[in-house]
Amino acid sequence: MSSPQIEIQIIAAVVAMACAIPGVFLVLRKMALISDAISHSILPGIVIGFFITQDLNSPLLILFAAFVGVLTVVLVEYIQKTGLVKEDTAIGLVFPALFSIGVIMISKNAGDVHLDVDAVLLGELAFAPFDSMMIDGTDWGPKSLWIMGSILIVIISLLLLFFKELKVSTFDAGLSASLGISPVVIHYGLMSVSSITVVGAFDAVGAILVVALMIAPAATAYLLTEDLKRMIVLSIFFGVLAAISGYWFANWLDASISGSIATTLGIIFLIVYLFAPKKGLISVLYRQKQQQIEVSLITFLLHLNRHDEKRERHINHLREHIDWQEAKAQKVLNLALKNNLVEIENDIVFLTEKGLTFTEKSLAYIIENKHEKIDSMKDDFFLFRG
Amino acid sequence: MTEYFNLLWHDYTLRTITLGTAVLGAICGMLGSFAVLRKESLLGDAISHAALPGIALAFIITGAKDSATLLLGALVSGLIGTYWIRGITSKTHLKSDTALGLILSTFFGFGMLLLTFIQKQPNANQAGLDKYLFGQAATLVESDVKLMVIVTAVSLVVLLLFWKEFKILLFDPDYTKTIGFNTKFIDVLVTFFIVLAIVLGLQTVGVVLMSAILLAPAAAARQWTNSLSTMVLLAGLVGALSGIFGTAISASQDNLSTGPVIVLVASVFVLFSLIFAPGRGLLFREIRFRNNRKDLELMKTLQFMYDIARDHENISHPHAIRILNNFQGYTKGSLKKLENEDLITLDGPDWALTQKGFDTAAEMYNQHMNNE
Repeated sequence: MSSPQIEIQIIAAVVAMACAIPGVFLVLRKMALISDAISHSILPGIVIGFFITQDLNSPLLILFAAFVGVLTVVLVEYIQKTGLVKEDTAIGLVFPALFSIGVIMISKNAGDVHLDVDAVLLGELAFAPFDSMMIDGTDWGPKSLWIMGSILIVIISLLLLFFKELKVSTFDAGLSASLGISPVVIHYGLMSVSSITVVGAFDAVGAILVVALMIAPAATAYLLTEDLKRMIVLSIFFGVLAAISGYWFANWLDASISGSIATTLGIIFLIVYLFAPKKGLISVLYRQKQQQIEVSLITFLLHLNRHDEKRERHINHLREHIDWQEAKAQKVLNLALKNNLVEIENDIVFLTEKGLTFTEKSLAYIIENKHEKIDSMKDDFFLFRG
Repeated sequence: MTEYFNLLWHDYTLRTITLGTAVLGAICGMLGSFAVLRKESLLGDAISHAALPGIALAFIITGAKDSATLLLGALVSGLIGTYWIRGITSKTHLKSDTALGLILSTFFGFGMLLLTFIQKQPNANQAGLDKYLFGQAATLVESDVKLMVIVTAVSLVVLLLFWKEFKILLFDPDYTKTIGFNTKFIDVLVTFFIVLAIVLGLQTVGVVLMSAILLAPAAAARQWTNSLSTMVLLAGLVGALSGIFGTAISASQDNLSTGPVIVLVASVFVLFSLIFAPGRGLLFREIRFRNNRKDLELMKTLQFMYDIARDHENISHPHAIRILNNFQGYTKGSLKKLENEDLITLDGPDWALTQKGFDTAAEMYNQHMNNE
């Protein structure tokens, strides 16, 4: 590994960490798309800032663009408050307009601005190591590493200082207000931090990758845990994992690094989405199937319990009566037999003692619809574990 | 202005582009109405980004560069993105904003990866693929516009055929299901056409700004009407006008790409509608609000007068205006207005209730009592 290669990976990892932390809160607060809006609408801020400072890495430009980012949020919220359009429509109206203004400003001043829309949107991580921070003629390493490093340190200190406040206001705005923690202050604080992160990162990795790095790790982590601390740690882990492996993937393909990191993030999400133990697609589908059978079984038992006439309980008649297909009827019947809930005598189905208690308990549960009932039932008859 | 129309008439390229953007604006506006009303405004943004890898893959697989092939790829990958978003929101606890942002950014990243990969291939004649990123209306040729017109015609026919179904699904999905419509099919149909409209616009306005063309005309039209058919027609009109004006403005200046200008024109339409639409608009709402407040104050004054007058045998017994002083709701103007409405009479420093004024106030009292 050459030194620029190491530097690129460090920059990517630092950006991934800096994005993952605010990303977790954006996802939890259902504001993930705000990051998309900010990443686009800062364009005019960057252009104007660039006219003033003539330096893409100037801290002033970052502050200016971040201000435009917060302005976007304010505008979106104002339009939302009028009640004339829905929230997501408000986002969708504001950022393309601001982005268009940015694009037009760039194209009208193409001669003076060494800035093109591709670069803002896509970034070029490969060049980041060569833009060095020079102080008194000494090379202090890549500029973007310094910028993102400082942003990361600020984010981590803010997170440690205000963890409790962030947690309370995210999960219960009402409680947080009554405890004297203003949800509004936290909200705009988070928005400002997100804006600054997006602006700081766009130069290195581009606006779209910033969105991917904010949302994807948090979404992936959210499928695996419901504990906030663990979610933050997992998001950082996934972000860094994608950054490093994405870099090598791009290296191998000789293609865009930021595109490759975003792709890796998508692949990691896909794997977790399919295989996550509780929230994954496969386990959700499996659980839904189980529940379906459970409901069928209870329907079947209730039917037996309800009817005393032999005709209604004849094994062939049941199929017609509950209107199930043969395969399903057979499955449910076998399941009931296996668990000793029913007996068959001369083709007539009877509830056993155990089946009777079970049915009565489920009936009580259905009528009262209380969860305590079903809990005790699970202890009594754990039907389907194994 | 006339000069521009002259040019429009004679210049073949300009005419093609104007026609293309107008048709595009119209169809996006109409189908966008459904997206906005289904609260899926930002789905358009996600779909347009998700279409990018499809374009790149279509090129890698077929090596063809004609719009139809590439757009077919975009359509497929846009649909995959859309259904993955649906899958995430329905099968996990992740919310739609997270699902949208996730698909949008990762698909787009994948598309960029493929595009840069294609560019590095030695033999590939890849020029022109990046026009899908930001759109270049100038690259529209007659065959593209023909494709747009055909797709628009087909979607119009489908829209008319399934109008009733679309409408009922939009406003009451549960009811639609109970009366026996195949909601899944209708839903797939609507989604398919929304994706189609987006894909169609990629070449002209690009991945990034496409969602605005879908959203803005519909959001503007929504302010002027409560009827679906009017809204769809209006949105189509606004979309077409945005396309025409946007093309005109960008053609009249150097270095002005068409996509962003169209978006800005559409945004101006939205802004205008939000403020000036009668009924819903902010301006009229403010006016109504003020009028209501004035009315309320007037009635309060009348009520106060009634309280004084009813202690007297003759309700029209004059009282000094002075005694109203401790009551803050009156001004010279409001007394004048009451007099104009024949509720009181003014005579120098005195006022007196008329019979009509007395009855109106008494009526208000009764209503108040009844409400309690």
